[in-house]
Parts: sequence; structure tokens; C-alpha cells
Amino acid sequence: MKEEGNLENRPSNTAFTQQRLPAWQPMLSAGVVIPGFLVIGLAFIGIGVGLLITSRSIQVLELDYTGTETNSPCNKCTTLPIQNNCVCKLNFTIDTLFKGPVFFYYSLTNYFQSQRKYGASLDYNQLSGDLTYFKSPASDCDPYRYANGKPIVPCGSLANSMFNDTFKLYQIVNGKENLVPFDGKGIAWWTDYNIKYRNPDYSPLENAFNDTEKPVFWSKPAYKLDTSDSSNNGFVNQDFLVWMRRAALPNFRKLYRRITEGDYKDGLPVGNYSLEISYNYPVKSFDGTKKATFSNVSWMGGQNEFLGIAYLAIGSMCVVMSVVMLIVYAKFRFPEDD
Amino acid sequence: MPRKTLKCLFGVDEGSRANRKVVVGHRPCPSNEEIIPPKFCDNRIVSSKYTVWNFLPKNLFEQFRRIANFYFLIIFLVQVIVDTPTSPVTSGLPLFFVITVTAIKQGYEDWLRHKADNEVNKYKVTVLEDGKAIQSESEKIKVGDIVKVEENETFPCDLILLQSHRDDGTCFVTTASLDGESNHKTHYTVPNIGSDLESLTATIECEQPQSDLYKFVGRMDIYKDSQEPIFRSLGPENLLLKGATLKNTKVIYGVAVYTGMETKMALNYQGKSQKRSAVEKSINAFLLIYLFILVSKALVCTTLKYVWQSKPGQDEPWYNEKTQREKDTNLYLKMFTDFLSFMVLFNFIIPVSMYVTVEMQKFLGSFFIAWDKDFFDPEIKEGALVNTSDLNEELGQVEYVFTDKTGTLTQNNMEFIECCIDGFQYKHRDARDELDGFCDTDGPVNKVQQKAGREKEELFLRALCLCHTVQVKESAEQDGLTDQVDGSILDETPSPEERGFIASSPDEIALVKGAMRYGFTFLGLESKTLKILNRSKEVEMYELLHVLNFDPVRRRMSVIVRNGSGETVLYCKGADSSIFPRVKREEVERIRLHVERNATEGYRTLCVAYKRLSPEEYAQVDEDLKEARLALQDREEKLTAVYNQVETEMDLIGATAVEDRLQEEAAETMEALQGAGIKVWVLTGDKMETAKSTCYACRLFQRNTELLELTLRTLEARGRSREERLHELLLEYHKKAVQDAPPVKAGITRSWSGANHDYGFIIDGASLSLMLSSSSESKPSLYESLFLQICQNCTAVLCCRMAPLQKAQIVKMVKNSKGSPITLSIGDGANDVSMILEAHVGIGIKGKEGRQAVRNSDYAIPKLKHLKKLLLAHGHLYYVRIAHLVQYFFYKNLCFILPQFLYQFFCGYSQQPLYDAAYLTMYNICFTSMPILAYSLLEQHIGIEDLLDNATLYRDVAKNAMLQWLPFLYWTLLGVFQGLLFFFGVRYLFSNPALQDNGQVFGNWSYGTIVFTVLVFTVTLKLAMDTRHWTWINHFVIWGSLAFYVFFSFFWGGIIWPFIRHQRLYFVFANMLGSVSAWLVIILLILLSLLPEILLAVFRKNHGSHARQMKHRLPTSGTSTIFMLSQTASTHSFSWSD
Repeated sequence: MKEEGNLENRPSNTAFTQQRLPAWQPMLSAGVVIPGFLVIGLAFIGIGVGLLITSRSIQVLELDYTGTETNSPCNKCTTLPIQNNCVCKLNFTIDTLFKGPVFFYYSLTNYFQSQRKYGASLDYNQLSGDLTYFKSPASDCDPYRYANGKPIVPCGSLANSMFNDTFKLYQIVNGKENLVPFDGKGIAWWTDYNIKYRNPDYSPLENAFNDTEKPVFWSKPAYKLDTSDSSNNGFVNQDFLVWMRRAALPNFRKLYRRITEGDYKDGLPVGNYSLEISYNYPVKSFDGTKKATFSNVSWMGGQNEFLGIAYLAIGSMCVVMSVVMLIVYAKFRFPEDD
Repeated sequence: MPRKTLKCLFGVDEGSRANRKVVVGHRPCPSNEEIIPPKFCDNRIVSSKYTVWNFLPKNLFEQFRRIANFYFLIIFLVQVIVDTPTSPVTSGLPLFFVITVTAIKQGYEDWLRHKADNEVNKYKVTVLEDGKAIQSESEKIKVGDIVKVEENETFPCDLILLQSHRDDGTCFVTTASLDGESNHKTHYTVPNIGSDLESLTATIECEQPQSDLYKFVGRMDIYKDSQEPIFRSLGPENLLLKGATLKNTKVIYGVAVYTGMETKMALNYQGKSQKRSAVEKSINAFLLIYLFILVSKALVCTTLKYVWQSKPGQDEPWYNEKTQREKDTNLYLKMFTDFLSFMVLFNFIIPVSMYVTVEMQKFLGSFFIAWDKDFFDPEIKEGALVNTSDLNEELGQVEYVFTDKTGTLTQNNMEFIECCIDGFQYKHRDARDELDGFCDTDGPVNKVQQKAGREKEELFLRALCLCHTVQVKESAEQDGLTDQVDGSILDETPSPEERGFIASSPDEIALVKGAMRYGFTFLGLESKTLKILNRSKEVEMYELLHVLNFDPVRRRMSVIVRNGSGETVLYCKGADSSIFPRVKREEVERIRLHVERNATEGYRTLCVAYKRLSPEEYAQVDEDLKEARLALQDREEKLTAVYNQVETEMDLIGATAVEDRLQEEAAETMEALQGAGIKVWVLTGDKMETAKSTCYACRLFQRNTELLELTLRTLEARGRSREERLHELLLEYHKKAVQDAPPVKAGITRSWSGANHDYGFIIDGASLSLMLSSSSESKPSLYESLFLQICQNCTAVLCCRMAPLQKAQIVKMVKNSKGSPITLSIGDGANDVSMILEAHVGIGIKGKEGRQAVRNSDYAIPKLKHLKKLLLAHGHLYYVRIAHLVQYFFYKNLCFILPQFLYQFFCGYSQQPLYDAAYLTMYNICFTSMPILAYSLLEQHIGIEDLLDNATLYRDVAKNAMLQWLPFLYWTLLGVFQGLLFFFGVRYLFSNPALQDNGQVFGNWSYGTIVFTVLVFTVTLKLAMDTRHWTWINHFVIWGSLAFYVFFSFFWGGIIWPFIRHQRLYFVFANMLGSVSAWLVIILLILLSLLPEILLAVFRKNHGSHARQMKHRLPTSGTSTIFMLSQTASTHSFSWSD
């Protein structure tokens, strides 16, 4: 009778306000779950097998050179004081062709790059080439902020503790040592090398470091990290960048070199090899170990059986589950599965 | 002067403490003593909490009084002061957000209260000032003002009646909105005032404001022509209360004595206390658990850190030397700082944003109630109203419903349904009600069986016309007759019942109207002469000799009249139980059948009898009555004795049936509530008989319900003391209802137990107070617990003759009983306000009796029938939504923080965060907040229709089922399981961090990002699996959140951000996506985390729907078996789920 008055206060009759929005109401019914589990299980088993095969095909050669055992060739270096340019050699044999490209890693254990204060102890502004921070590094860098009254560049514990063992690999052919060429490029992230870390826009680079001090534990200043290649010097040195990307866990591995050149492009052939290590990095004080690792990589990265096994396990679990469910359903036949 | 201000500030003064002095019309009076006009509070009603000025400080203070907010504030301050792993922004920003949103919400709600206050305060009133009527606003009325009130207006403040438009100096008032009594009460003007209010000089001295509605003592001094002042004493009959409504009187003038917050109404309804829902209590309990987890995590980490550091070489390896300051710091201080740092690192486990999401969910969710068009009532053109959004989920938890009767269960519209004369049924033709199916087509009287003699008929109708205390309303006389024609049509004007006649009881009006239908019209009482218009349109005159008043003990009333031919007749009407013993036995049987049938149909029945008195008899009676009336001692007893003596050996003429029409779908609603496992208690101020018949009509009591009565009547039996009898009865009922009853199994619905035995309990106000008082003396709370136990085993409880405060007392008693059940009160009048405020949830009906109940309620609905949807659909859904929301929030933060905790074992307990600060901050605010909010607003795990059709579904969530410890444990274990999975899954992947096909390695931020990606996807998909009701909003928000996470991560890692010290995540996410292994591990972990959920969902679904099917099936089969067993009870209605 009074339509106008009625409409005034009447709640609007929309699907939303009346909670009647059209809705999809999915139900996990046996008809979906059993085939779903089966498909997922089979797919996972497939992936797992693939992963496992791939992982198994990856060759890994690990050499511990910490030198804690007395018969180890590097044992002599552990007793000497640091920075004595101790060199030790590890000999090893390769029985089958070590397929290339071969990657050479160094590993440290019980080394906490993941410590909070340690990891935060750097000045990103310095590392991106901002000269004002060369003069006054960030307070995070303590206790490696100033040395001898001068600011440290690059400052902080992380840079200061950069790994400084160096390696040379020789193949021994007929008693002669053939140097296996190492490729130091492309071991750090592309973005770190090209964008994130920048040298100051200064030529020559050395002058930018006037009135600064090298990190306390470094034997040479940053601008001398790679004098042979100016694009690999200063902060954009690949070894430095690799070190600056903190490892997640106390036992970690970092990429040192790749073997991609010359005769060894296709891998390390069968034969005897000798790894010459200039042993500088002390690990004994914190019960750490050092390893040199040769490995080739696949599409999934380095060797890691965990993924393959996990996929296989879960895949088969799914299959078993679907079979169990099938039996249960066949037996009890829940009638309401419409 | 300072003394005066002090006085008005404190109101403590030797004079003003006892009395207040009011100068009528602010005219100085020629009194000897000088009166300092004291200051009284103005007539403003304030229910709002804040003003514009104090909002910010007061609101902030109140918010930080909450433990959670205070905790977050502390965490924030710790972050600001101590060197902690995360920046203060990570917790400051969410806290700021929470505080802001809550403040906006509370501000909005207070604004609504301001608006409601203004509506009352700005109400237009007319004030007489120097003889001129001035339009003013209600809030501007001052004590001493003379206020004019017109018919059907409510009094704006407490007034002393000075002048009425009626000649006899009376006015009629209904106090329905104050105490629920809807009859018209007569108030009197102060005598000797004279007609000229302009020149009236008077002062009123009265007591200080007090809350008792029925007490008032005062004195008025009237000064006339410089004579000695005349003293008039004032009593409650002179006082018109704020909130009452003027009826049947054109206009009155009164002087304001109490205003604003000092009115009796305001004093009776103290401010609303904060109600907290059961869910909120659960949240707080869970919060404590999580706080405990948090502290123990921090303690474990701190301890382990120092244990670990005690090993040589671990504390300070050469590559990580400490600063000088660190070396100098005291060890214990360092430990403490470490502990605080761990607290800060793990503080995300207590989700700051949960509060804001809960608040938002409640606030936005409450709109669905206001929007629901099913709650829209075309009659009053209004829908539901939500006064507080804090209790939405409580609607799904109700165990006890306390309902008012008059105006809530019933419409308070009496209607004459049928009568029975001399054993023959007369039924007025009515389209609404066709019980017997055959009706005459025309004629005012519908004689079903034309057997009762015409003489008897007329006798009966005359009795109806004469035996009452009804007054005819003068103003409506001319259109009184036309009203009968369209009596059932509701139009703008008040219904004819209210217009034509005035009576203290609506039943009497119904009877008079009933007689009118059959041709006998009551014309009125003029100077002791009753005039009626009979069928042949002749006016009959009766001299009214005596009225033998109604009282609840006798439960009958009589009149003695002398008709035109000089005969003296006594007409009596009353309850069957009080009439039958006083009439001739052989007449009873014919009528008893009708009366009983009518009673079970829920009608209010009265029997009518008469007795011819011979002149000698009358003379005796007259003398006795006069003597008794003059008696100074025991007058009541003596009168009753005379009444009882007169009302004997009468002749039964017939019986009437009057229906107090129930609210629409009242019975269906009650049935649905009972089906939902809710116990319904009717609390009413009404008489027991009427209340009982209403209970039958709403099917709260059924035919086979055995009534346990604890009323004055049962207590009075035999010559025992009431206390003894009470004790005896309680024990007897307890034995019957509790001990002998088969143990009630959970899940057994009413009809099953009903097949065995149904009990209904009836108690009245007097017995209740007797019970409570005697229990407090000797055996504290023994009676109370007996009473509660009995009531728990009854399907329905009726409490009649309750004062408003007693209603609240009952609610409180049940509320505090064992198991602290959730209570709901529903009512429409101001007399229900105390009970509405007392219960966990208060519902106001937007009835005719003012807005008091609505304003004090938590939710207001137009009709009782809306309660069903409000509880069964809205309440159920809100509960499920918020319970899931709470559990989900704790869960998602547990599996968020657990990996961070585990990571401490791999970073030398150095408080290294696993996730980037941006992720830490955004996780709860952006990545995972919207899907759960959408879920908590839109989820319908069961459709609304199904919820309404199956009231039993309500039991599934009863007793806070989804927030008990078991579900909480389940969610917690799920969180722990997933957190462990995330961390260790990635941990084993990182046993060789060379994860890219170019041999490069991933660092710690890649580690954290992989874990975080798995986390975000898992918790979102977990919610997606729980969502049963996918609207486009859910789709949008769930997939949108995931897309936003991916987009954000690209964006966050794709730019060298200015002003940020560490570009930690630069290209971390993109590089992660470049690794096949990372993809594979993410997929694997997500699936593995959800696997148990999927399996459980499959099994639970089968189990659940199986059970539901069982429930569906049982009633049908059950009904049929019982039905076959009890063929005789053919009218027995099986009410399973209709």
C-alpha cells in the first residue's frame, strides 16, 4: 500500500547483503581423492626416480684438508702461526672421467656465518661505492670499523673474515704437473656482481681508498684483490661476493672456481692429480674443518639425494593411501557419495 | 556563592541531603525564608562514553588496558630501547594499525549512541513560561519548569501532575515501558491548585531522587493571596514518571521535579556493562598458552645460548669478535638482553593482527544482521538493529533463552474467541480460526447447536456486560460502533480495544467486546448505574450495588447489581478452579469439558456464574460488606471472608475463552529453539494462569508435560509453614525430575525424552524470593542448586509474577550456575531492561512499548519470530566463523615462528631472523590476513536454509565446541607439524646449497624465503581447504593473496631500495624461482603439509555426513514407532523439525 515508505528502510535485496552470493561448494569426496592421490603419487614417484637418478649421476669428490690428522699433508700448516704462507699438497686419483663442467667448492664446517651480529656487520653503502661511507663506516661494523685511526674499507666482521685459502690443481701426467685452468667468473650471483655491489666511480680505483685501512685480517687491500682483471677487483671481486653471501647453515659449501677451459672443458680425465693449497684460513680454534670439493652439477644443482628420496617416499605413500582408501570404500561403501 | 557551587557539585548539604526544594514555575514565593534556588542536573540523558575532546586519551587508555595491546606496546618499546634483531617498525606498524582500527570502530559505535541520546534529548516539548507555551527541547527542561504533555506522548522527565484536561482531575498513564504493565493507571492532580497555572505560586519539597518506581513522598506549599500557605502532601499517585505515556487524556500540565539522570527511569537503568563473549575468553586462555610457549622458547634459547657458548671457541670465534662494549657488559645483563631479544624475535607468535581481524570481522559481520531482509518488518518499517558487534558469535552459543511474555511471546491483544453457555458451544465466525469447521453464515450470534435457551443466553451476556470494572472512553464513543466492523484491520490509529474501553486488564475488555458481538453493548457507568444496550436495542439500567474485587488468591470477581425490576443479582466470573467448587455440581460437568479443551488450546478461560439474592439475603450481605469495609484491623481478611461467604451456591451459566494472540510464529520459534537444545524460560510479571496458557499456546508446555508447581498456592497447602513446604516440594520435585529421570544423553532430542516424560516447572516471584532468602540463611545455595537442577531437567520453565529485578536475579542465578551457560534475554519493555542487561546477550523487540529495551539491548529485532534466524543461522555461522578465525590465527603464527625458533639452533643462538623484516611485518598484515577475513565473513559451512530447517545442527557448536582444548590441541599440533616440516625440509635441501644449475650457492636469505614461500602457500591453501562456500570474493582474495605475495616478493627483491641499510633480499626471490630444486621442494612441502588435512577431511566428511544422515533418518522412524505405540493420543503432535 505504501511502497515508498516501505522501501525507505528496507535492507537492500542484493545477493551480497543477504549472504546469498552464488558459491561453489567443493566436497572432498572419495571419487576425487582416490584418483587424485593415485595421480599425485605416480607423478611424485616419477619425479623422485628422475631426481634420484640425476643425483646419483652427479660425481662428487671431497677432500678434507683441515690437517687435524697427523698424517695429513696439511698438518704442518695447522701448527704454524697464521699468515706464514704455508703450502700443502693433496694428491688424489680420478678413476673415471669426471664429467665437465666441473665445479670446485670449498666447504667449512662449524662456521657460523649465520650469526646475527656477524652477518649484520657490514656497510652496504660502502659496498655500493658511496664514498661518504668510506670516511665514516656504519656503526654496525664494530669492532672492525676503524683501525689505526682510519676507517676500514670494507668494514665489518663479514668482510674481514673473508676466506683466503687459494688453490691450484695440477694433473700429473708422466710425472709432470699440468696446471688445470680455473675459471673464476660466474661464481657469484649475476645481480650481486653487476648491480648490488659497486666500486666507487674512481680512476684509478686505488685513490678512492686513500686514508682508509684494509680489513685487519686481509693481507692486501680491496683494490688489490685481483690486479690482473680490473672488472674483478675491489668490491666486485667474485670471491669476495661469494663470501659476502652468507651461508644459511654452519656447515656450508661455497663455489670457488669452475673448470671450463682448455683440455678440461669436458671434465677431468682419468689420472693422478695434485691440489696445491696455500693454507691461510684458521679453523682449528673453533673445531671447524675445511674441505675442497669437486662436483659437477645437473638441472637440479649439486648432488642431493634428499629430494629424490622424499619424492619417492611421498609418492609411494600417496599410492598406498589411495589403495587403502579404495579398499575401505569398496568394503563400507559410503552411500552418500553423490 | 562558593558554598552554592559546592552544593551543586556534591549535592551534600544538611538541607539538600534529605529533601530537595522545587519552586514551581521559578516564581519567587512570598515565603519568610529566603530560598536559594539550588542547581539540579539538566534533563540530558547520557549513555555515550566519549566526547570529542576526551576520545583520544580515554580510548587509548582503555585500549592499552587490554593485556594483548599492552603486551604489544611493551614489545615495541623493547625494540626501540634494546638492540634487537628486528626493527621497531615490524611490531610498531601492526600495533598502530590495530589501535587505529579499534579506535575508529569504537568511535563509530559511540557516535551511534550520541545519535540515540540526541533523539531523546532533542525531543520537542512544550514548556510554560510566564503563561506562554514555548517550544523547547527535552534536554532543556529544568527542575521547576511547568511542562505540557499531550495524549500519547511520553513524559520527558518526572513530573508532579498539576492540571489535567479531564474534569475530575485525573489522567491515565501507561507505564508499559517502565514496568511492563500495560493497563491504564490513574494519577491525580494536586488538589486546590486552581485553574490558573500562571499565577500559581508554590514550592515543592520532596525526597532526593531514588530508584524505587513506586515510592514518592513530597509536600507542596501553595501560596494564595498572601494567606498562609496551604500544605498538600504528595504521593506516587501525583508523580508522572519519565518514560510513561499519557493515555486517554488530551493534555496535562506538570512541574518537573526530577530531571535527566536523576529521573527514576534513569536511576533504574544504570549504564551498560561491557559484555565479553565466551570466544573472547577462549582467546585469552589461548593467549596465555601462547605467551607461555613464547616465554619458554625464549628461555630455552637463552639457556642453550649460554650453554653453547661455554664450549671453547664458540663464544667468540676469531671471525666474529665482540665489540668492546659487549665485552664490558655484565653477564647477567647480557643474558637478560638476550632473553628480551628472543622475546622480540618470537613475539610474532602472538598475532597482533588477530585482534584487528577479530574486531573487523565482528564489526563488518554485524552488518549482515542489519542487512537481512528477513528481519525487516513491514509494519514498523524497520529491520534488525545491532547495538554491539562484540557478541555476534555468542548468538551461536545460547543455552538459555529468557523471554518476556507480554509483548514478546504474545501481542498483548486479547480477543474473544468463543463461549460456552450451559454446555453448548458458541463460536464467533472468524476466518482465522476454524476448529470445528461448521459455522453459520450470517447473524451476529453463531449458534453451533441451537440448544441453549434464549433466556440462558441473555443471562450469560448480561453477566459479561455487567461483571467487570471496565470504563468507557468518552472521546471515542461516537466511532466505537464502527470499529467493531473492521476490528481486525490494522490501521494507523490504535486498535479498537484500546480506544473504546479502558480497564486494568485487557481480558475484561475482550469479554465486554465479546458480549458486544452477540448484541449486548456496555454503554458505561454513570453514577452507580450501569447501562447496557440489549439485543432489541433497548437500554437496560442496572444499579451497581457492590463490586467484589478481583484478587489473585480468590481468583474471581463479582458484582452485585439491581435490575430494573428490582431483583438483586450477583454475577461472578473467575478461574474454573475457583468457580467450580462454588456452583452446583451437576452443572459443572457439561462445562468442564469445554474449559479444559480451551485451556489446552492456550486460551484464557473464565467461568461465569450468577446467583439471585433475595432482599433479606442482600440486606445481610450489604451489612456484612459495609462492616468489613469499615474495619480497622484485618480489613482484607474480613472482606475476603464475606466475599467467600457470598460467592457460594451459585449457578454456573457458562465459560469464555479469550485468546491473547501469540506473536507470529511464536510456537514455531519456541519449538525451533528447543530443538536446538536451548532451554526456554518464560519470565513474566503476569498471573500464573495467563502465563501458563501462553506457554501451552507456544507449545512450551505440551499435553503430556507434567507441571511442577512451586507457587504460593502449592506452598499454602496444608497447615505447614511455607519454608517447610518449600523444602518438601523442592525435594519431591528434585526426586521426580532429576533422580528418577533417565540420564539425559547428549544429542538426544526433545521428542525422545518427551516420549518418556516432559517436565515443566512453574515458580512465582514470591516463592522465588522465599527460596532465595531461606537458602541464604540455613543451607546456603542448597535450594538454589536443587532448583537449578530441577530446571535443567525441565523442557520449559515458567516464572510468573516477577518484578523486573527478580527477572535479572533469575538470569544471574542461571548465568552463574555450574558450567556457566550462555544466557539470552529477550523482551520488549523497560521492565525487561534489567534482564536484558544481565544476560550474556540481550535482545530487544522493537515493540509498541517504547524504545527502552531496544536501546539497552545488544541486538534488536522487530518480532519474536526473527529470533530463530538470528540464533540458528546468524549465530551459528558467526560462531563457526570466528572460532575458525581464532584457531587459524594461532595456527598460522605458530608455524610461522616455529622455523624461526628452530633456526636459532643453526645460527649459534644469535637471534638471527630467518625471514626478512618485510616478510615478518607483512605476513600477518598482507599475505595471510585477507583470506581469513573473507572466510570469517562469508563462510557458510552449512547453508542458511539447512540451518533453519534443522534446528539440531545448533547443538553441534554448543558449549563453545570449536574452541575447546581438543580442537585447540589439534590446531597447535598441526602448526607444529607444519613448522617442523617447513624448516627441516629446507634444511635437508640445504645440505648442499648449490641448488642452481650454474653451480652457484644459496645463502641464508634464500633459505628463509623458501621456507616463507612454503609457509604462505600452505596456510593459505589450508584455509582454502576449509572453505566450504566459495564465493567470488573468496576466490579473489585467496588467489589474490598468493599472487600478491609473489608480486610483492619480485618487487621487494627487484629494486635497490633507497634509505634501507641492507639490500638483503635483492633478487633472492627471482633466483629462488630459477632453481628447479627450490620449486620441487616447495611443491613437496606444501603437499606434505596438507596431506594429513586432506585425509582427515575425507574421513571427517564421511563421518560427519553419516551422522547427519542418521539424525535425519531417526526422527522419521522414531516418530512412526511411537505413533503406533500410542494410537490413542491422536492429537499428539510430533514435532521433530518442523
